[in-house]
Amino acid sequence: MEKRSLVTIADHSREKIEYLIQMAQEFEKHPNRRLLEGKVVATLFFEPSTRTRLSFETAANRLGARVIGFADPKVTSGTKGETLKDTIMMVSNYADIIVMRHYLEGAARYASEIAPVPIVNAGDGANQHPSQTMLDLYSIYKTQGRLDDLDIFLVGDLKYGRTVHSMLNAMHHFNPTFHFIAPEELAMPEIYKQFCRDHSIRYVEHTDFNADVISGADILYMTRVQRERFTDLMEYERVKDRYLLKLDMLSKARPNMKILHPLPRVNEIEYSIDENPHAYYFEQARNGLYARQALLCDALGITLDEIRNDKTIIE
Amino acid sequence: MKEKQLMVAAIENGTVIDHIPSEKLFAVVNLLHLDRMTSAVTIGYNLESQELGKKSIIKMADKFFTNEELNQLAVICPNLTLCIIRDYEIVEKRMVTLPDELKGIVHCANPKCITNNEPMQTHFHVHGPDRRALKCHYCNTIIDLEKVKLVEKKG
Repeated sequence: MEKRSLVTIADHSREKIEYLIQMAQEFEKHPNRRLLEGKVVATLFFEPSTRTRLSFETAANRLGARVIGFADPKVTSGTKGETLKDTIMMVSNYADIIVMRHYLEGAARYASEIAPVPIVNAGDGANQHPSQTMLDLYSIYKTQGRLDDLDIFLVGDLKYGRTVHSMLNAMHHFNPTFHFIAPEELAMPEIYKQFCRDHSIRYVEHTDFNADVISGADILYMTRVQRERFTDLMEYERVKDRYLLKLDMLSKARPNMKILHPLPRVNEIEYSIDENPHAYYFEQARNGLYARQALLCDALGITLDEIRNDKTIIE
Repeated sequence: MKEKQLMVAAIENGTVIDHIPSEKLFAVVNLLHLDRMTSAVTIGYNLESQELGKKSIIKMADKFFTNEELNQLAVICPNLTLCIIRDYEIVEKRMVTLPDELKGIVHCANPKCITNNEPMQTHFHVHGPDRRALKCHYCNTIIDLEKVKLVEKKG
């Protein structure tokens, strides 16, 4: 079987992204199957991430796979000084595929080079988190009916936000217009703006966040402005409330506009918005299940055709 | 000219690296592992140079490098001249060129990069339209070629 690790969404073409979205659609129709019966999925979380781990393990379980692994690095030999390579080689003897989260950047790329089984990156430090990107893309596709020619507004911490950087990378195939809305200290880094210019992606930068700005959006992607990111706490106090989304700011929003958030949310989206038809962040999290089912199957060499003709669906 | 030739003795067979900026000499020595060589090595340090002010030169008897090994030198100084000597004659003269990929040469500046935490080789791709930066194959950190630090060789 061909080894098909997933390290970063940047490795994927437009066609591949669309293919994975079609796969996720199939899983949304029928999430419960015995497609991975007899397979063992290892989830190695060298850094805790309950949300991502539960989503991957649910994806594996609903496809009939068995799951092994650890949720807390304190129980592994890494703390005894074992190298990542040794851990990966050992687990490769037991599992058909490894889902891994690591606090070091590039860990998944390295693991994919040494492991005889496919690796799925569930986040490597501040670097990449392709399954989050995939579920974001699936959510955009589902709510807008397309990925092409959309106005995507990214709000909050655009400097350290891994999800917003991956979004630029993945969306560059689809002729988007980006709007970057952030305090100066957390503005989109120059290297990503250069990426946009290199790929002829239009972008507009704002420091204001209000109903008029929001009125141009198809997707409003919220992220959290974290106190610990600021070197100047006075500056934090000045801007912290400027990037909170309040119900009255949606008064001029386009009817198709949806609010996404990678979660966890703290206070950046007012709770009264949860009931509003523009709110989509909880459904977005559910889409993560279908997106991850698609990523697991693709990494294991299962094709869209096989999924469409699957006889193992559990009704 | 005659005086200069006397300053560094000629070699019968081997490799000569000329026009090394003097402040880069010891980086070149380390990169080529000259401390481990058993044949004769002549190093000229702080020689007069019209172009560079002070230049350095290394002559290595009976030593020939692969293109890959020599091109790594382009990371430290992009404008080195190489001469391959056979029977006291220069049989080949060329400039070093930066290869597209560098493995095990450059240290990644990101302390959270896997290469700084695992016993493994670093791996960089030359980056940017003017090829003046390197991008880490693992963590995607981009380093300006001027600010590159070399991997410390062990053993």
